[in-house]
Order: sequence, then structure tokens, then C-alpha cells
Amino acid sequence: MLAYTEKIRETASRLLKENKVDVFIGYKKGTVPMMNEPVLISDPEKADILYWDSNCGLNLCNYLTKRTDRIGILANGCNSRNIVTHIIENQIKRDQLYIVGIPCTGMIDRRAVMRAVNNKEILDVKEDGDQFTVKGKDFEETFDTKNFLQSNCASCSHRNPVEYDEMIAEPVEEQTGVEPYKDVEEIEQMSSEEKHDFFVRMISKCIRCYACRNVCPLCYCPTCFVDESKPQWVGKSTDTIDTMTFHFLRAYHCAGRCTDCGACERACPMDIPVRQFTKKLNKDVQELFSWEAGLSLDQRPPLDVYRPDDYNDFIR
Amino acid sequence: MTDKIFTKQEWIEALKGLQDTYRILVPVKDGDFHSFKSLEEGKEPDFNYLNSRLSPKSLVFPQSERMFEYSLDEKDPDVNILKESQKDYSPQAIVGIRPCDAHAFQIVKLNFDNPEYRDPYWVQRFESTTLVGLGCNEPGSTCFCTETGGGPFSEKGLDVMLYDLGERFLVKGLTEKGEEFLNKAKGGSPADDAALKDAETLKGSASDKIVSEVHTDKLREKVVKDLFNAPFWEDVAFSCINCGTCTFLCPTCWCFDIQDEVLGKEGDRIRNWDSCMFPLFTLHGSGHNPRDKKFQRVRQRFMHKLKYYDDKYHNGIQCSGCGRCVRYCPANIDIRQVAELMNNF
Repeated sequence: MLAYTEKIRETASRLLKENKVDVFIGYKKGTVPMMNEPVLISDPEKADILYWDSNCGLNLCNYLTKRTDRIGILANGCNSRNIVTHIIENQIKRDQLYIVGIPCTGMIDRRAVMRAVNNKEILDVKEDGDQFTVKGKDFEETFDTKNFLQSNCASCSHRNPVEYDEMIAEPVEEQTGVEPYKDVEEIEQMSSEEKHDFFVRMISKCIRCYACRNVCPLCYCPTCFVDESKPQWVGKSTDTIDTMTFHFLRAYHCAGRCTDCGACERACPMDIPVRQFTKKLNKDVQELFSWEAGLSLDQRPPLDVYRPDDYNDFIR
Repeated sequence: MTDKIFTKQEWIEALKGLQDTYRILVPVKDGDFHSFKSLEEGKEPDFNYLNSRLSPKSLVFPQSERMFEYSLDEKDPDVNILKESQKDYSPQAIVGIRPCDAHAFQIVKLNFDNPEYRDPYWVQRFESTTLVGLGCNEPGSTCFCTETGGGPFSEKGLDVMLYDLGERFLVKGLTEKGEEFLNKAKGGSPADDAALKDAETLKGSASDKIVSEVHTDKLREKVVKDLFNAPFWEDVAFSCINCGTCTFLCPTCWCFDIQDEVLGKEGDRIRNWDSCMFPLFTLHGSGHNPRDKKFQRVRQRFMHKLKYYDDKYHNGIQCSGCGRCVRYCPANIDIRQVAELMNNF
């Protein structure tokens, strides 16, 4: 995907020069290995700062909420699905956007890479085709990218954008036969007590920094329920019940809206696999409503529609 | 002061022996990262580490700390009376703490223990803590302790210093508190000249391994308002998601919020870490928020660390260069770059 960089720079520069957009949102190369930083440029001369490789794991849609200008934005499969969700939910207007589509082959799971070199300090990572080379003080190893993808990317079936104004390259082949919910099924098999213990253990490291929430494009409430203070809904300490309340409620708020972009898990400073919560709901919504979020601008998510002829009695 | 040599096994045995007197806190591998845990939890310490993911500040300043308890039961004769919660201030030792994190306690101390204000919880717990540092033979690429008045073998704030000589530790007492700790430690032998020489060599070469340059020399002379109104804050803040990662992982961020939590007729007054990144941090009772915008909150964090702190205490910047925020910021906002921007403005 490294080859996209030049094309992205050209495109952003052209869009800004032709005054098709006021600003362009992409990534710049990070200051530490396997991290790139979202960036906004308004000067076509600054387009050279833009960069793309397999470490663009934050979701750029998060930076669109309630903007009023005309925005050029990069979007791979999941990001484009979040943009669609944003448009449906009136967080941004379609005609404000110029979506530059990225056919995506997945993002590198930097924690898996660190593990593979026994958590020794990585000083440099270079991508080359389907491989990348990791260098440290006294080691150098080359890995196949496909073996080190974030787990959401490994099981992704929407790698190409669903909504775009132009594409940066030809679409990539979509993966078929992926099994995204194996881990969820394992948890489903547990007894209530086992599930409880599993989740308590999982969140025991949580420091309530809210990185998972803040990095998520779905979390745009003006005041999150955990931040309500008049009255306060949730305790602020590291008490297990409060922390669990936060994670569960956040996940429920994302039901039918989550695209499994993986930004939450990537952002967590404590390595908590927070997607365990949202994935279960994605699975349920798919099974109950045959729904995957953000695939069409014409249909609202199943949990935010009301129909008088709903087949469920309780809601009529 | 004592200079002793322990084999690494002898040192761990000595620590186990000290558990009668101290709660011994050591770095333990916990998944993919290290946390400070009590030796008695049955895990082996791992001193072969870069640094802990969370700074050890929570061992003196817990993320959530109960200050008072009270009853709301009208039948209770002590109804509505705040009673101080029972605290454990028995001696503890943080063994293997990195010099940057020990330096950080000194930076924080000016806030919690000064002529105007003395935080009873922080001060008592700090006073009951012995800091046994482990010098950094191989500092990380994001470390910049030498740029903040510390160094990989800086003794600032430490009571004891360990030098990792491969198979052995050279253990140096630095303060009275440290001497007391070492006097109680069993085993070891007096340090030989060769060991002392090796330690000096280590110390000399480690500073050269700090590759991050952060210049803050011109910050003191800058006018606060100029920096405050600098044009770069919106750009710096663009990618920020306003989470609490930087502040919660930081060894020198000290802000807290006080909350009452009630269950039935019993209440607790708790203080919890707070973060200037959160909008709620400055939300007034009136509904007004003086730091309503993201860039204002981001600016606050960097201005506090790099400008206000030094302006107030004349003690350098409020940063010990541990590099945690650089490594773990989900959006990759890098304090090293922000410091350069401010210094060159």
C-alpha cells in the first residue's frame, strides 16, 4: 500500500488547488515506528506531508463530526462505512465531502509485531510489497504482512470503500470465507459466571482513559453518559462495576453502527481487547437483522428505526 | 554510604527477606508489558525491562483513593459526619524504579508538599516509600531524561541505586532511608574496585545513548501570553482524541477530582485521577466551560508542563522525559515536537 502515498499527495494537492475542498484529511508519517498521525492540510504546498502505509489504523471519520467546511478525506473500506453512518446520522453532509477511496489490504497489528521480537525495542520498520522489515538495536527480521494484520483486518470482507468520489487505485479483491466471530462464539459457549469472570479479567487493566471511546467515530454525543454530572450516572473510580458499566453501555450504543475498524483496540494503552464487546453486537445485528453497518446511504441502522408494522409485539 | 555487590539471585533473595519490613514492589511482566506488583503476589520480578507501561506514581498517588466515609442514616449518631478512612502507610519500597520516574516524584513533590499546601495522603505515603532505582544501561529511543535535568543514572530522588553489571548488581546507598533499607538487606558483599569501575563506565556510556533531543532552554524567557496565543495550537491538537492516555501514563501529572459515592445510606468521599484532556475537567457549575474546545485542552497540557510549572516553581519543566506519552499516544502527538515548536516560537 506504500505506493499510494504519491497518488494521495497528488490528489490532495489537486483538490485543494482546484478549490474543490477547503481542507484535506489524511495521515502523516509518525514519530515512532508503526504509528501514523492523522493530519489536516489546507495548503496544497503541504501535500507532501501526507503519507500512507499499513499503519494508518485510526479512523479518519472521527475527525469529520460537525465540520462545516468542504473536506477531502481518505477512506478505506471501514472508514468509508463510518462516513456513510456519519452521513445517515447527520454528523456531516455528503455534499461537503470529497471522498478519496483507498483499496485497503489491512493494517499491521503493532502489538503482534512487538511480541514477535520478544518486545525488544523496535527502532525502524520498512514496508516492501507484502512484507515488512523490523529493525532494532541488535536484530533485523522480515515478516509477511498478512501474518501480522490486526485481527479485524484479517477477517475483513469490506476492504474497498463503499462510497467515494474517486479511487486512488484499482479495487483489491475482497476476502471471502472469513470467520470473524470465532472468538465471540467461544464466549457465547460460556456459562453466565464464566462470562462474568472473563469480562472482569479483561477490563481489570482499564484505567478509564476513554481512548477507546474517543477514538471511535460513533462516539460523538455532546456529553457521554459517563460524563453526565447533573445527575451523575456512573462512578468515576476504578471500581469494577463502574468500569464494566462504561464498557457495556458504550458497546450497546454502537450496536448496528460499528464497522469493526479496530481503532478502539489499537488506541487502548493497556492492550485490552475491547472489540470483544462490540463484535458480539455486530454478530447479533447480523443474525437478527441481516445488517452490516454503513453499506448504504439509503438505509438507517436497524436499532434507530421505528416501523408501525414491526414484527415484534413489544415495540408496537 | 554502602556499596555492595549482589548476584541477581542473591538480590531477589534479599528482597524476599525484606518483606517483613517493607512491602516490596517490583516490575513484573504482565501480558506484553510490565507493572509494579508486590513480591508477595508470587510473581518473579523482571528487572530486564525498558520501563513499566503505567508509571509507578499510583503507588504513592492511587488512581482512586478513599479519603472519608460517612453515614446518611438519621438513626446513626454520627450521621453526616465525615470520618477519615483507614490508611495503610506502612513502609514500602519500589525496587527497580527507573531514574526518570524517581525524578518525577521530585517534580510532583513541589505541588503536593510546599509551604502553602501539604497533601496529607501523598506526603505520608511518599515518606513511607523507599525508592530503589535501576540505572538504564540501554535507554529507549523515546527517552529524553537528559533533556529534563535527569539522566539514565541520575540519582535525583532515589534512595538506592542499582547498577546492572550483567550477572550482578552493584547496589549503592544514596540517602539515610536507602542506608536503612540496605542495612536490613541480607547477603551481598562489599563492592570491589572492578565493580565500581564497571558502574562508572556504564554510567558514562548510557547518556550518549539518549538520542531524542528536546530543547526547552528558551521557554523561561518567553511571554506566557505569546505562547498561549501562538498560531500552532490548532494544528498540534488536530489529531488529539482528548483521551486520558498521556496524563494517566505520565509520572508527573497530578490532577485529581473529588467525588462522593453513596450506596444505600453509606457514603465515601473518593479522589480519582482527573485529566485536563477531559471537557468535564473545567466544566463549571454554571454550565460554562472555559476550555470548551479541544485545542484549549491540548494547549493547557503542554503549557502546564513546559511553561506554567517552571514559571511558578522555577524548577525546570514538569516532565522527566520518560517518553510514555510519546510511545502510547493513540494519535501520535509527540511532546518532543511540541516542545521544539514552543521553544522556537
